[in-house]
Amino acid sequence: MQEVKKIQKNLHPPMVEGDHSFASVTDIISDRTLKKRTPYGWFIGFALAFMVAQSLLFTVVYLVITGIGIWGNNQPVGWAFDIINFVWWIGIGHAGTLISAILLLMNQKWRTSINRFAEAMTLFAVACAGLFPLLHTGRPWLAYWLFPYPNTMGMWPQFRSPLMWDVFAVSTYATVSLLFWYVGLIPDIATLRDRAKNKYFKTVYGLLSMGWRGSAKHWHRYEIAYLLLAGISTPLVLSVHSIVSFDFSVAQLPGWHATIFPPYFVAGAIFAGFAMVLILCIPLRHWYGMEDFITKTHLIFMGKVMLATGLIVVYGYAMEGFFGWYSANEFEVFMIYNRVWGGPYWWFYWLLILCNGLSIQLLWFKRFRESEFWLFFISIIVSIGMWLERFVIIVTSLHRDFLPSSWAMYSPTVFDWSMFIGTIGFFFTLLFLFVRFLPVISIFEVRTLLPDAQVNHGHHGAHGELNDRPNAFNESINDAQGAEEK
Amino acid sequence: MNDNIYGYLAEFDTPTQLVEAARKVRLAGYTKTDAFSPFPIHEIDEALGIKRSILPFLVFAGGVTGLLTGLALQWFVHVFDYPIIVGGRPYFSLPSFIPPMFELTILFAAFTAVFGMILLNGLPKPYHPVFNVPRFALATREKFFLLIERQDPKFDLQETRNFMQSLNAQEVFDVDE
Repeated sequence: MQEVKKIQKNLHPPMVEGDHSFASVTDIISDRTLKKRTPYGWFIGFALAFMVAQSLLFTVVYLVITGIGIWGNNQPVGWAFDIINFVWWIGIGHAGTLISAILLLMNQKWRTSINRFAEAMTLFAVACAGLFPLLHTGRPWLAYWLFPYPNTMGMWPQFRSPLMWDVFAVSTYATVSLLFWYVGLIPDIATLRDRAKNKYFKTVYGLLSMGWRGSAKHWHRYEIAYLLLAGISTPLVLSVHSIVSFDFSVAQLPGWHATIFPPYFVAGAIFAGFAMVLILCIPLRHWYGMEDFITKTHLIFMGKVMLATGLIVVYGYAMEGFFGWYSANEFEVFMIYNRVWGGPYWWFYWLLILCNGLSIQLLWFKRFRESEFWLFFISIIVSIGMWLERFVIIVTSLHRDFLPSSWAMYSPTVFDWSMFIGTIGFFFTLLFLFVRFLPVISIFEVRTLLPDAQVNHGHHGAHGELNDRPNAFNESINDAQGAEEK
Repeated sequence: MNDNIYGYLAEFDTPTQLVEAARKVRLAGYTKTDAFSPFPIHEIDEALGIKRSILPFLVFAGGVTGLLTGLALQWFVHVFDYPIIVGGRPYFSLPSFIPPMFELTILFAAFTAVFGMILLNGLPKPYHPVFNVPRFALATREKFFLLIERQDPKFDLQETRNFMQSLNAQEVFDVDE
């Protein structure tokens, strides 16, 4: 019996630690927004992030006045930091959708306490990502030309171009992520509305909650809508990074023109995204006292996902090398030679292998997976590694193209850096605002994880068979507890 | 006893009590009922006799509309209105049209799911009579409520109140109109 329980505990580790009731869960999470004094650390963090974000503002203003010549882009490296950072940011966003949609469909309980801020992270990362192609157009005030609308020029966008697909994919992704996030927030905003004492907060939360009152009829449609959104977000997130990879793989440039790009990019996106989720949630759980909801188990699971997706990415690197050799095409062979040991950027490649390939091998060991310090450290390394990956793919492929006469070196200017670092500041500014004004953990979903949330079927065996509707939130917990009772 | 009421609201402590009470209310023949809880309870749908929503069909229709919109838009642009050969591809180059079609399918389906859910739920609705009960603020925190509306054909000011008190409720409230 004892042994069965032990196995059960390993199979279904508790997702909420400590002794909690509906009220205590609600209070702990919502008091962070409503009652507790804003910690001094928040002001310091926000001020720092906001200051760094000013370098973005400065660069954008200067860029709009002057033109994109202030960047280091040249011929043949016409795409550089702008697209590297775009792909880097959008990849980070993908973990949020993976956590909220794919893990929901797979009935993974551990998504529940991290999905809210992972989705917020997605939104803010997509906002940062979108800035780069927008400003790279050179005339961002004419960016609406990318959308198909009847105009006096009699012109239409070119739908056969992957860049057009990108416009559709990224704008759909941003919209659907926002909707998904907002739908998840509605019941929690209603909780804040009912608990807020401040008149203005009450009004704003009241408007945002749209008069949600937790009616059973509403919950019924709500859950259907939520599950359907998860169902359509899943192919969406896979399509977005596939389409981002088409930007490269549809071109004929050696180093870009590879069929492995879509799955390899998607895995890389999730890899980078989980690294960012870990970077954010390790400090958050400490500073905000959320250890009961974001448990060690969550961190270990995220570490495992990082290891798995990281290995897929490493497989992608191996396949790129193999294709280069197996194609027997002199340009492909040269590309690999140039990238790995012969070219001026060879050390970027090895730095990338060190960051993305070697560092994650530590995650095979329990000692590193269970240590917050190491998880945090490896996540930082992986984030740098994923940035280097895009640099290697984009710059080292472009700077040695088919014609030796057009070869050139690329180096970023100070404005490339100030814009990139500025978006990091912008990202954290938005995150600080988010943790201040909205519940960082989905309160109503954490309530469903508590044992009290189970309806006791004991007296109503006859009704049992009617309750077989697919159940997004409770099923496996039910199973775990059922087994434990036996 | 207040005559000008919207209905009666009973408060419960646990989801199990709520579901049991809902079953009794339904068996007693009440139809204009509703339950309120701080999180979704699946057993309540069957206990209160809530019909399966038509939302999935709407979402499917939304998705198909998006797909056809994408196809029609690209056909209009590249075949009908401004035919021009790019990259040696035919005017109607379907494989290149698939990504925008796919994205519009997702976009329209997602809009239908979210706005369909909100509108079918009758939201936004900042005012509802149940908000007049001060204890109802706990419905978004920890308490469970069951409502029988006055509109219900079986509703009787005295009998319904007595019946609701017999359901092991913590308390039964008058909901002012």
